[in-house]
Amino acid sequence: MSNGILVFVEQRNGQVRKSSLEALSEARRQAPMGKELVIAVIAGENIKSLAARVSKVKPDRILVADNAGFGKYSTEAYAAVLSAAIKKENPRYVFAANTAMGKDLLARTAAKFDAPCASDVLELRPDNGNLLAVRALYSGKCRGVFEFTSPLAFMTLRPNVFALSEAENGQQSPIEDLSVTADKVRAAVAETHAAEGQKVELSEASVIVAGGRGIKGPENWPVLQNLCDVLGAALGASRAVVDSGWIDHGHQVGQTGKTVSPQLYIACGISGAIQHLAGMSSSKVIVAINKDAEAPIFKHATYGIVGDVLEVVPRLTEELRKLNSN
Amino acid sequence: MKIAVCIKAVPDTETKIQLAADRQNIDFTGVRFITSPYDEFAIEEALKLKEKHGGETTAFCLGGPEATDVLRDALARGLDSAVHVCDASFVQLDPLSTAKVLAAAIADGGFDIVLCGHQGSGTDNSLVPSMLAELLDWPQANIVVKLEVEGGSFKAEREIEGAHEIVQGSLPAVISAQKGLNEPRYPSIKGVMAARRKEIAQKDAAALGLAGKVGSAQATMKIKEMTMPADRPQGRIIDGDVDTAVKALVQLLRSEAQVV
Ligand SMILES: Cc1cc2nc3c(=O)[nH]c(=O)nc-3n(C[C@H](O)[C@H](O)[C@H](O)COP(=O)(O)OP(=O)(O)OC[C@H]3O[C@@H](n4cnc5c(N)ncnc54)[C@H](O)[C@@H]3O)c2cc1C
Ligand SMILES: Nc1ncnc2c1ncn2[C@@H]1O[C@H](COP(=O)(O)O)[C@@H](O)[C@H]1O
Repeated sequence: MSNGILVFVEQRNGQVRKSSLEALSEARRQAPMGKELVIAVIAGENIKSLAARVSKVKPDRILVADNAGFGKYSTEAYAAVLSAAIKKENPRYVFAANTAMGKDLLARTAAKFDAPCASDVLELRPDNGNLLAVRALYSGKCRGVFEFTSPLAFMTLRPNVFALSEAENGQQSPIEDLSVTADKVRAAVAETHAAEGQKVELSEASVIVAGGRGIKGPENWPVLQNLCDVLGAALGASRAVVDSGWIDHGHQVGQTGKTVSPQLYIACGISGAIQHLAGMSSSKVIVAINKDAEAPIFKHATYGIVGDVLEVVPRLTEELRKLNSN
Repeated sequence: MKIAVCIKAVPDTETKIQLAADRQNIDFTGVRFITSPYDEFAIEEALKLKEKHGGETTAFCLGGPEATDVLRDALARGLDSAVHVCDASFVQLDPLSTAKVLAAAIADGGFDIVLCGHQGSGTDNSLVPSMLAELLDWPQANIVVKLEVEGGSFKAEREIEGAHEIVQGSLPAVISAQKGLNEPRYPSIKGVMAARRKEIAQKDAAALGLAGKVGSAQATMKIKEMTMPADRPQGRIIDGDVDTAVKALVQLLRSEAQVV
């Protein structure tokens, strides 16, 4: 793999996204220090201080495009930054986290370079100096192993799948200014509104508690939210309850919602329809709580409790709270 | 205004996926095709834009014979015309090649806006709309849940992790739809009848000036092999009354699974 890997590191409001650091960590594993270069690139306004956090993953260099024009996201402006970095470094691969921004930016930039892009990559396999990308197809019902036959290829890596490896202390990676002027910006973010209610972001959460029609009504979300709070979990939902207007679509897990891969997924009163399983079946541990012993979710669950969610979940919350306080 | 909608014919979301013998694709035997779910929101938004601003709506579908039914369905919902982009060389296309073909089909049409779904069900790429925007040299907004178009510009609300972004930009533009953008209407009986009489235009590689330029041979991202995910090990139902079961579960989560 000559020329190494360029990794776009996403920041919003001065916070580096953890999933970007996961992608950077994977790049470092695939391109070992001293053998292949890993270059991080980051864009924004007043973001120089973020280099310290990025350095912990030990990129060989960090390219920083720090400019008022990059304060808010614009596909075209950020694509100009990424393009400038690519032209400068001539990498073999460009990585980013598989987020709204990561896909938006890499797809656009890949087309600019007439290069392929693989999204939502779950695994990378070294293959004679190249990388093969494994990605889920048909919402995880099967997988495809892809090869790239071009000198440059782009990939977005699924959050929570690639281990984050940060050094406790170490040297600051050399920083270089990337001076870019984005001249053709015809669309840009004007404002950002934080979504209501969600304390932990679903696609990056390592624990998810999800509710389906079995929770009986929206008045029972607090029962699940209490469990979320003890576990530091994000709240997910089935489509049935989203369609019933019990909760916003941002919470939906599944084929027409989010694909998630947490360490622990607790499905509460969810039947386990194929479209729901599609979004969460790659979770490490699945717990199902359902009053119907025949519910399909139990075939996919690591652990199951047959019972009423409204009885089981409060008890579980209490038990975990005890565990935390010990 | 002139509105293009890109729709993809995909296997029904209920489909039990099996691999073809060569493991390069799924086995399409007996598979029922539907309009990719997010594309329904794109179709609906096109109809709403036309209702508000007047104009003309055209559906584009790149694919094999399965495209005909979804294009008919789009016409039945009220789109004015349909283009089936089809060529023997357009098989196993990677997202970039798909975008190139769609761009060639759309570029000269004088469109003000191209509406897509934000993700094609099955291939699950979420790449084609942005690639299309770049190839057309237009701005873009993806994963859009609210759209306003007025006098040559657009304002789109898009769903990102834990927030919504308001993107403002100029037309022409590519917009990809997320659930929540609207409530897709069903085709009316009258619409279905009218759609039957409508002609679906055909465009092949030669007509698009792409003969020998785009195809599985030219694609730079190739599938080597498809695999089925490993079966999850048989799970365990924890018996006992609520109290006993919950205690046992916490114990297992802690010592066996080590996730709490
Ligand atoms: C094109 C398409 C896309 C789709 N995309 C998605 C998607 O992205 N995500 C998604 O989730 N679905 C999706 N679906 C819908 C999917 O097919 C199911 O309808 C949906 O997942 C069912 O949601 P549910 O499990 O909450 O409800 P139900 O299927 O009604 O199940 C409720 C469950 O709760 C249990 N229950 C009831 N009361 C209690 C109680 N007191 N205690 C414990 N358990 C109880 C019942 O036994 C039952 O198993 C899609 C469908 C289509 C056609
Ligand atoms: N073969 C196709 N024909 C028409 N539109 C397509 C095709 N493939 C992708 N698209 C459009 O691009 C969107 C995103 O697809 P994808 O990038 O494959 O996830 C789809 O929802 C469609 O709007």
